[in-house]
Amino acid sequence: MSRKIFSVFGLLIVASMVLAACGGGTPAAGTERIVETVIVEVPVAGDAAPLPPPAGYGATLAAVQARGVLICGVNSQVPGFGYIDADGNFSGIDVDYCRALAAAIFGDSTKVEFRPVTAAERFTALQSGEIDVLSRNTTWSTVRDTELGGNFTATTFYDGQGMMVRAGEGITTLADLAGGTICVQTGTTTELNLADVMAAAGIAYTPAVFEDADSTFAAYAEERCDAVTTDKSGLVSRRTVLEDPSAHVILDVTMSKEPLGPMVRHGDDQWFDIAQWTVFALISAEEFGVTSANVDAAKANPSNPEVARLLGNEGDLGLKLGLSNDWAYNIIAQVGNYEEVYNRSLGPDTPTYIPRGLNSLYTEGGLLYAPPFR
Amino acid sequence: MAQSSSQAASIPIWRDERYLKLIAQIVFAVVVVLTANYLYQNMVNGLRQQGTTLGFTFLGGIAGFDISETLNDFSRTSAYWQAFLAGLYNTLLVSIVGIVLSTILGIILGVARLSINPLVRWLSAAYLEIMRNLSLLVFLIFWYLGVFLKLPRVREAVEWPGQVYLTNRGIVMPWGLPTETMPMYRTILIIGLCLALALGLVLFLRGRQTGKPPLTLLWSTLALILVAVIGWFVVPAAPLSLDLPVIQGLNITGGKTFTPEFMALVSGLVLYTAAFIGEVVRSGIQAVSRGQVEAARAIGLNPFQTLRLVVFPQALQVIIPPLTSQYLNLTKNSSLAIAVGYPDLFYVSNTIMNQSGRAVEMISLVMLTYLTFSLITSVFMNWYNARILLVER
Repeated sequence: MSRKIFSVFGLLIVASMVLAACGGGTPAAGTERIVETVIVEVPVAGDAAPLPPPAGYGATLAAVQARGVLICGVNSQVPGFGYIDADGNFSGIDVDYCRALAAAIFGDSTKVEFRPVTAAERFTALQSGEIDVLSRNTTWSTVRDTELGGNFTATTFYDGQGMMVRAGEGITTLADLAGGTICVQTGTTTELNLADVMAAAGIAYTPAVFEDADSTFAAYAEERCDAVTTDKSGLVSRRTVLEDPSAHVILDVTMSKEPLGPMVRHGDDQWFDIAQWTVFALISAEEFGVTSANVDAAKANPSNPEVARLLGNEGDLGLKLGLSNDWAYNIIAQVGNYEEVYNRSLGPDTPTYIPRGLNSLYTEGGLLYAPPFR
Repeated sequence: MAQSSSQAASIPIWRDERYLKLIAQIVFAVVVVLTANYLYQNMVNGLRQQGTTLGFTFLGGIAGFDISETLNDFSRTSAYWQAFLAGLYNTLLVSIVGIVLSTILGIILGVARLSINPLVRWLSAAYLEIMRNLSLLVFLIFWYLGVFLKLPRVREAVEWPGQVYLTNRGIVMPWGLPTETMPMYRTILIIGLCLALALGLVLFLRGRQTGKPPLTLLWSTLALILVAVIGWFVVPAAPLSLDLPVIQGLNITGGKTFTPEFMALVSGLVLYTAAFIGEVVRSGIQAVSRGQVEAARAIGLNPFQTLRLVVFPQALQVIIPPLTSQYLNLTKNSSLAIAVGYPDLFYVSNTIMNQSGRAVEMISLVMLTYLTFSLITSVFMNWYNARILLVER
């Protein structure tokens, strides 16, 4: 009898422990209550008007410094912007931006890990923190700047959407493409612009949509479509890797504005500032004529006070960014100024030559304009 | 009995297997619920940190992109949910066409594998072994880049008799375009279908009474065809007008175009899945005992009759469960369409995900949809399986 009572007590104790375990995470007790609580919390998460403070100011820089390497989301398929060259090295202006950012943070442009991301997965990779910064010929647009949880820092390349066709097919305008098939890559602003432009012009066409740049251009090369569309820079660079580049012409139409630039996550203003002023440092250095070759001379003997502030001789601009004061010096010494970066990947000596055009300094009729270093 | 009850009472609770089992079940359930809750909260917190929240209202927004082939009226200004539907229909189309074709091919292969003709047997065996050991993704890309995109250009199109054109823009064939009498004709067809069903039911019931089953299916089908033919001539104008493909400039206009993407996906899925179905059919046939075949031959059935009347009905019981999983595989594998650019459910959802930035919602929706497809297929096949099991006795 006494044993029976004991076993009943034992059962009660175990049961109460189980219930306590259930109630651990929630105010209510009991297994069933938990299920209810989960359902109830959905609207709370949706409506929560005052969102708790986000990841926080300075968190990204601290994480990057603790890791000792910057992780940069890049393209690996567009020569001149982000490409793995024959030696297995990454090259292109988007890639060089990453190197400049690493130089600003660590004083060492090699402390960067390049992570190729597709057009479709890039924003998720940035949101989830898999990459610290996205530098992958990404167009600045409203939805991306807001709903996709990112901030564009600055424009590194002013682009516009173009259309490439095979030479000798008599296609000179978009209207000639009526009834034709156009290859386009999914998950891009290009896909949306194409639909917009063709609808506005009343031209009927069939899209052939592909997952990445390689398959888009492979299908075009196989003549699956009459034309292929992407940013003009992308067309120029992809044309160089087609079998016979001279057999393809880029139509003289610009279908959209495509400002390309690096993007960071919402919620860390310090990181945003660093990513943004790295671009401005590159542009200002070109404006002041400071190059990787003469940066030491310029630091020893600055031509004007702003150069002195840029290179860290005067003031503490670097410290205000949370970096060392010679951050811009490191960028210029190790990566160069904007012109050097541009010419290395897109200059006249490269197969992917694109004239500077809009991407000249404002002093030379272009759009590149950096705020003062002060 | 008295002894056993006193024995049960004497076991302390921490050694009583019945309680221990119960407690283990409870603990397991609690762990599952807590883990699920933790994962969910983790996701919600992660989204909150990014400043985004969960919700499906974005599906009403304007899609803004075009889809190359749709079965519904989708255009640039349609909503995201309509784009999702377009993808859903395309997946359904590929799955249904794929299941029908791969079943036919699979049965032929499975039977050929057991043929007494060595050439047929070896060919079939070689095919099955090669296909089953290939990667489906590689195979699909082979069909797309290696076969359908290598067809001649539009200007050099290969023409098959009956104005069928083979080009790298797709396979174009004459097609019927519905005219204004189509709704009327459709009504006639529905009436014909009802008639055929009624006739079938009457014949079936009479067969039960007399014990001599008539050819129910044959007569019903004949009735339907008769109504369809009469209806065609009764309506004032032909309900379908023939639309012939014509090469015009860059493209072929008119007719029905089966795009290279669709062709590559269907060919790849069918040829691949048929190999597995072939093996399923072979194992099912071999599971029927030899005595059954010998008995059937002894009473004078020819080989085809033996197969149709004796072997197949019995083999079906063995075949159906693994066949179901092959059907499920085909449906799920159709999501590889993304590799060849066919706008199926997953592909379109991927585009929506990217343009709207709603990854969690879209992935959940896609998973839920595939789950629903699979469950519906399973339920149907299980019902069919139960039915043929009943017929056995």
